Amino acid sequence: MGTEFFAMGGYAFYVWGSYGLSAVILIANAILPRIREKSLLNRIARGYSED
Amino acid sequence: MDFNWLHRYASPMNFYSWSLAATPWLGAASAVLFAVGLAGGLIHAPPDYQQGESFRIIYVHVPSAWMSLFIYMVMVSAGTLGLVWHVKLGDMIARACAPIGAWFTFLALATGSLWGKPMWGTYWVWDARLTSELILLFLYLGYIALQGAIEDRRIAARAGAILALVGTVNIPIIHYSVEWWNTLHQGPTVTKFDSPSIDTSMLIPLLVMGLAYTFYFCTVVLIRTRCEILELERNTTWVKQRALEMGSV
Repeated sequence: MGTEFFAMGGYAFYVWGSYGLSAVILIANAILPRIREKSLLNRIARGYSED
Repeated sequence: MDFNWLHRYASPMNFYSWSLAATPWLGAASAVLFAVGLAGGLIHAPPDYQQGESFRIIYVHVPSAWMSLFIYMVMVSAGTLGLVWHVKLGDMIARACAPIGAWFTFLALATGSLWGKPMWGTYWVWDARLTSELILLFLYLGYIALQGAIEDRRIAARAGAILALVGTVNIPIIHYSVEWWNTLHQGPTVTKFDSPSIDTSMLIPLLVMGLAYTFYFCTVVLIRTRCEILELERNTTWVKQRALEMGSV
């Protein structure tokens, strides 16, 4: 794996652009709901129950 | 028909327990499949004889597009369970599906655009496939907006389920758009009735990536559904107990 791999035959911007965008969105969408669940549990434990 | 069994298994409390146990395994399976699929797609698969290295975008574009349709069908099915049989969990799953589906639709459009520029010479054309996929994004966003606009959760769920159900007509239109209308978009290469018109060395990583995306969706939709449960059932004893036990999950 060298510079040739990263060059993607001249299509580096398009190939790495789509992989990068997919990675960022998938990772964020996996982490954020997890954080939301934790904070919900914490708030409920501290007595958050008003409507 | 007797749906008591369904109500029992789909009780938010039971769902919460088994989904908590299932998510680490589903997430791990997804991670392994991603590693295998990416190695196959980026390294082992040979460059395409016409498109060169740019064809590798297929491994993030096509699974996203599959998921955008699949998640919509899950959302409609879950919403219908809530609408017709008053399964509360159905409403919660439908609500959890919408943002994930919207993001996959966005990804299908964005990666398609990044593939279209070098291959077609343009980021966007108003043809049947791209337009119907854009309408799918608007259906997801409409569903999300509806959930935000209607205060009463039950009415919001009902309105959302009806909107999703009506929008289902768009799904076969997306699928068949490349056959019904002239388009720059290539036809189906995998789901043809005869053998797929793609070489095995290129096809296998695509199927592995498809599985990775499916497991990813299962993991995330379970987490999001648990959040819905926590919000809606926060006044119940079992949720308060859970929260006290697992303040640190």
